[in-house]
Amino acid sequence: MTMSETHSSQAAPTGTVETDVVIIGAGPCGLFAVFELGLLDIKSHVIDILPKVGGQCSELYPEKPIYDIPGLPIVTGQGLTDRLMEQIQPFEPEFHLNQQVNTLTRLDDGRFSLSTDAGQDFITKVVVVAAGGGSFTPKRPPLPGIEDYEGTSVFYSVRKMEDFRGKDILIVGGGDSALDWVLSLQPIANSLTLVHRRDDFRAAPHSVEQMRQLVSEGKVELKIGQITQLNGDNGQMVSANLKKKDGEEVLEANTMLPFFGLTMKLGPIADWGLNLHENLIPVDTEKFESSEKGIFAIGDINSYPGKLKLILSGFHEAALMSQRVHHYVYPDKKLLFQYTTSSSNLQKKLGVR
Amino acid sequence: MAKITFIQPDGTSQDVEAKPGATVMESAKLNNIPGIEAECGGACACATCHVYVDSAWRDKVGKPEAMEEDMLDFAFDVREESRLSCQIKVTDELDGLIVRVPEKQF
Ligand SMILES: Cc1cc2nc3c(=O)[nH]c(=O)nc-3n(C[C@H](O)[C@H](O)[C@H](O)COP(=O)(O)OP(=O)(O)OC[C@H]3O[C@@H](n4cnc5c(N)ncnc54)[C@H](O)[C@@H]3O)c2cc1C
Ligand code: FES
Repeated sequence: MTMSETHSSQAAPTGTVETDVVIIGAGPCGLFAVFELGLLDIKSHVIDILPKVGGQCSELYPEKPIYDIPGLPIVTGQGLTDRLMEQIQPFEPEFHLNQQVNTLTRLDDGRFSLSTDAGQDFITKVVVVAAGGGSFTPKRPPLPGIEDYEGTSVFYSVRKMEDFRGKDILIVGGGDSALDWVLSLQPIANSLTLVHRRDDFRAAPHSVEQMRQLVSEGKVELKIGQITQLNGDNGQMVSANLKKKDGEEVLEANTMLPFFGLTMKLGPIADWGLNLHENLIPVDTEKFESSEKGIFAIGDINSYPGKLKLILSGFHEAALMSQRVHHYVYPDKKLLFQYTTSSSNLQKKLGVR
Repeated sequence: MAKITFIQPDGTSQDVEAKPGATVMESAKLNNIPGIEAECGGACACATCHVYVDSAWRDKVGKPEAMEEDMLDFAFDVREESRLSCQIKVTDELDGLIVRVPEKQF
């Protein structure tokens, strides 16, 4: 996550959204669901905790090749995401990024109410959970007792810069997030130390240059090594132990920002009464509906006999799910089976006719 | 086949017969070696297949390439002898290889 992206997470809520379908997760399966639903005249709102779309494809392997997308002999993770965005563009999906769906409850009229941690509320007829392995969340370094410091001395993101004014800050990591925050927080910190395991940085060259300049001016300390222990009491960190090539050192600091990338954690989905089985949502293989009528699950998050966690399986699931959703959204309309090749009706929706 | 020994943090160890051409990570997963998680399935995108190569084998196994070095930034307690096991190809020369599984994979 780059800094500017992190900042935009404070987007102001715009009142409750009322819609037919909310898709939780903007991974490849959530994106393709927009297409299949769109062909059936169903509009989608898509929510993701990441600041960008594409799920695992764009977060974990944007530049790596995928070879098993039907009809695309080779495509990168980002390439597939871009193609999907192009494909669903005619249906004008609305994206709500940088926010996590926290609660999902059924209303008396049978619809669902959802709310995100950014304060956005939704009321929808149908929910499609396309949440993959769960929410992308910052990795927690496995330091003993680190939990006790989280939220008081240890932070994985910066919500308000002002909270860091006058602090003695340790930033740990060598990528863009770490370096961006070194550059932004240095002017307001009392002291700032950057810790990285090697004197080589993955971050953009110009940020590395700026960081090195600050180090040479004595405004930032650069330590090569790894943090092995946090010291303090009652959530107040006072120092951290640093393991270096040639011994140990104690770094005095009251605030630490570790940046070790993102990992997928199931998150709030566990609390939605979906009868999870080994962190997956059991569904039938006809409609991919969960134990709760009106809540569907597609892609990596679902489970059924023979499930394969492949993108192409999720695409198939999206198509079948949509048929059932149509029944809920337009209970009185008969659904005609049509090909995109030959149906003038479908082609009009796609904007090609 | 090449024999690979995985030593756990508690000192216990497991030997596996690995097929040349496979990776050390794949050989570990096929044999259910604890502590090798390999969340990304070998794409050098997760750093949860981290191992320490025994000092006697470091030269033969070689050093990580740039992409693997970058990914090692996401591993915990990285050392000189750290490698991502999905990036080590098993060869006949590696018959007898010894690697240690770290305490934690993050
Ligand atoms: C390195 C690697 C290589 C791979 N190679 C292939 C391949 O070659 N072929 C193949 O078919 N598959 C491959 N896969 C697997 C493939 O990427 C997944 O099957 C696919 O991404 C699943 O898509 P999805 O849409 O179900 O979920 P994901 O891509 O996991 O996306 C789910 C999204 O939901 C969001 N989310 C979850 N919960 C919430 C919440 N409560 N609020 C807001 N947002 C939430 C997450 O942040 C995430 O962005 C690979 C995976 C990896 C890691
Ligand atoms: S298996 Fe993910 S980096 Fe090796």
